[in-house]
Amino acid sequence: MSEGLTKSAARNIFFGGTIFFLVILVALTVHSYGYIEKNSTDVAGITPGVEQGKAVWERHSCINCHTILGEGAYYAPELGNVWARYGGFEDADTARDGIKDWIRSQPTEVEGRRQMPHFEINEQELDALVDFFKWVNTIKTQNWPPNVAG
Amino acid sequence: MKYETQKLAYPYFLAAMGLFVAQVLGGLLAGTVYIFPNLLAEAVPFNVIRMIHTNALIVWLLFGFFGAAYYLVPEETETEIHSPLIAKLQFWLFLFGAAAAVLGYLFGIHEGREFLEQPLWIKVAIVVVALMFLFNISMTLLKGRKTAVSLILVMGLWGLALFFLFAFYNPSNLALDKMFWWYVVHLWVEGVWELIMAAILAFLLIKMTGIDREIVEKWLYVIVSMTLFTGLLGMGHHYFWIGTPGYWQWIGSIFSTLEVLPFFAIVVFAFMVVRKGGRDHPNQAAMLWTLGCAVLAFFGAGVWGFMHTLAPINYLTHGTQVTAAHGHLAFFGAYVMVNLAIITYAMPHLRGMQPYNQVLNMWSFWIMSSGMVFMTLTLTAAGILQTHLQRVMGISFMEVADEIGFFFILRGLSGVVVVIGVLLFVYATLSTDKAQVRVGGMKPQAAE
Ligand code: HEC
Ligand code: HEM
Ligand code: HEM
Ligand SMILES: [Fe+2]
Repeated sequence: MSEGLTKSAARNIFFGGTIFFLVILVALTVHSYGYIEKNSTDVAGITPGVEQGKAVWERHSCINCHTILGEGAYYAPELGNVWARYGGFEDADTARDGIKDWIRSQPTEVEGRRQMPHFEINEQELDALVDFFKWVNTIKTQNWPPNVAG
Repeated sequence: MKYETQKLAYPYFLAAMGLFVAQVLGGLLAGTVYIFPNLLAEAVPFNVIRMIHTNALIVWLLFGFFGAAYYLVPEETETEIHSPLIAKLQFWLFLFGAAAAVLGYLFGIHEGREFLEQPLWIKVAIVVVALMFLFNISMTLLKGRKTAVSLILVMGLWGLALFFLFAFYNPSNLALDKMFWWYVVHLWVEGVWELIMAAILAFLLIKMTGIDREIVEKWLYVIVSMTLFTGLLGMGHHYFWIGTPGYWQWIGSIFSTLEVLPFFAIVVFAFMVVRKGGRDHPNQAAMLWTLGCAVLAFFGAGVWGFMHTLAPINYLTHGTQVTAAHGHLAFFGAYVMVNLAIITYAMPHLRGMQPYNQVLNMWSFWIMSSGMVFMTLTLTAAGILQTHLQRVMGISFMEVADEIGFFFILRGLSGVVVVIGVLLFVYATLSTDKAQVRVGGMKPQAAE
C-alpha cells in the first residue's frame, strides 16, 4: 500500500494530518463546552451544595465502586440516575431521606452480598451529596441509561 | 549494549516488574472480593484495592516506558544520555511518589476521579518527574541522530506529559469534568501511548530481524498517522451519554471504528517484517512477546474495542462488565506486552549475561496470555448477560450481580493463572539459567 510513498512524504502527512485533526477536535470541544453550559446541564443549578456534594463524592472515591453516567467501577449500582430510582422526581423529600438513610445504614453486613463501607459523612454533607445526585440526574444524556435500573 | 548510559534503564525495569507483581496481586484481591464480598470489606474496601490495582498498572507501565526510552534512545541517536544524574534522580523521585501514593491510599488519602486518584502534590511530582525525563531525553535527541523511531517515541512521551495536565482541571460541572477527564485517559491509551508502543515495536523489529530501517520507519509514520487521524476524533465514543452533543454519536462511532486500522496494520506489518527478515535472532522470547503484543493488542483494543464502540450498542453496554473485558485485554495486549517485550529484549544486555532463561520466559508468555484471554472471555460473558438482564430487561443491578456470579469465579481462577505467569516472568528475567545452554544451544549473542 505504501510502495510509492517516500519516508519524508509519510512524515509530512503525519504532522500535517495530526495538526488538522487536532484542530477539529479542539473546535468541537469548544462547541461541546458551550452546549454543555447552555443546553445539557443546569449551570444555574450548581449550588454550593451540589459543588460540595461532588467534593464529598470525590473525597471518598465512590467512583471506584460505582459508575456515574456509566463511568467508573462496575462493582456497585449506577448512581447518575439514583435520584430517579428513589422516585425523587415524584416525591423529593422521601427520596432525599431514602438516600441519606441508605448511606447512613451501611454496611449491611449481609453474608455473601457486596458491601458498601460506612463513611464518616455528617448531616450537612449528606444533604450536599443528595443535591449532587439530584443535579446529575438532570443532565441531558441522550436518554441514557435505557431504564431506571441504570 | 553499545552505550554506557543504556544501563540507566536497569532500575526502571526492576521497579516496573516489582510494581507489576503488586498490580496483579491487587487485581487478584479485587477479583477475590467479587467472589467473597465480605472479605476486608471495612479494613481495605473494594474501591481502595481497585485504585491500587489501576494506579500500580499505570505507574509500572510508565516506569517501563521511561526505561525503554533510556535503553533505546542512546542506540537510536548514537549518543550517550545527556545527564545520567537526572535519570537517577528522576528514578528515585518517581519511586518515592509511587510508594507514597499507594501507602496513602491504604490510609484513605486520595482524590476521587477514576485513575487520577493521586493527591495533588503527587500529581505535581509526576509532572516534575516527566519534565526532568523529557528534558534529558530531548537534549539527547537534539545532540544525536534523529531517527523516526526516536522522534516518534519522544513525541509520544511529550504528548503523555502534556495531556496529563488536564488532570489538574476539575470543574464542578460533572459533564465538563468528564469531557476533559477523557483528554487524559482516551488521548493517552488511544493516542500518544500508541506512538510509544509503535516506536518500541519498530525498534525491536529493526534490531531482531535486521530489516532495512527505511522500510520500518516509513511504515511507522503510516501507522502513527492512522492512529492519530482516527484516535483524536475517536474520543467521540466517550461523548455519547455524558451531556455532550448528539453529533458525537456519528463522529465517535465512525472514527473509533477506524481506530482498528492501525492495530490491524501493526499485526500485518510485524509478521511481514519477520517473514522477510527472518526470525533467527537468538532472543526468541523477545520475538514472541513482540509478535504477541501485535496480535493481542489487535484483539483487545481492535476487536474488543469495536465490539462496543458503535453508539447503539454502547447505549446498552456502557459501563458494564463488557467494558472491563475490553479494558483488560487492551491494556494487557498493547501496553503490558510491549513493556515485557522490551524488558525481555534488553535485560540480558543490561545484566551482561549471555544465557538467559528463555524457555521459562516463553512459558510465562503462554501462561500469562492464556490467563488474560480466558479472563477476558469470562468478563465478556458476564457483560453480555448483564447487558441483557439489566439494560434490556430492566432487572436491578444487585439482582443481576447474583445471576452472573459464576463468571466471577472463573475470572478469579484465570487471575490466579495470570499471577503465576507474572511471577514466572520475573523469575525468568532475573535468574541465571544454566539449563538454557543445554536446551536451546544458545550462541553467544552479538551486540544487537
Ligand atoms: C466498596 C465499594 C463501595 C463504595 C466505596 C461506595 N459504595 Fe455505594 N454501594 C456499594 C454497593 C455494593 C451497593 C449496593 C449494596 C446493596 O444493594 O446491598 C451500593 C449502593 C449505594 C447506593 C444505593 C443505590 C441504589 O440504587 O439503591 C447509594 C446511594 C450509594 N451506594 C452511594 C454511595 C456514595 C455516595 C459513596 C461514596 C461516599 C459510595 N456509595 C461508595 C458499594 C460501594
Ligand atoms: C496485566 C494484567 C492486568 C491488567 C492490564 C489489568 C487492568 C485493569 C484495568 C485497566 C482496570 C480498570 C477497568 C476498567 O475501567 O475497565 C482493572 C480493573 C480490575 N481488574 Fe485488572 N488488570 C490486570 C490483571 C488483573 C487480574 C490478574 C485480576 C484478578 C482477578 C484483575 C481484576 C480486576 C478487577 C476485579 C477490577 C475491577 C473491575 C471493576 O471495576 O469491577 N485484574 N484492571
Ligand atoms: C490499547 C488501546 C486501548 C486501551 C488500553 C483501552 C482501554 C480502555 C479502558 C480501560 C476503558 C474503560 C475506561 C473507564 O474506566 O471508563 C475503555 C473504554 C472504552 N474503549 Fe478502549 N482501549 C483501547 C482502545 C480502544 C479502541 C481501539 C476502541 C474502539 C475500536 C475502544 C473502545 C472503547 C469504548 C467504546 C469504551 C467505552 C466503554 C463504555 O462505554 O463503558 N478502545 N478502553
Ligand atoms: Fe477511547
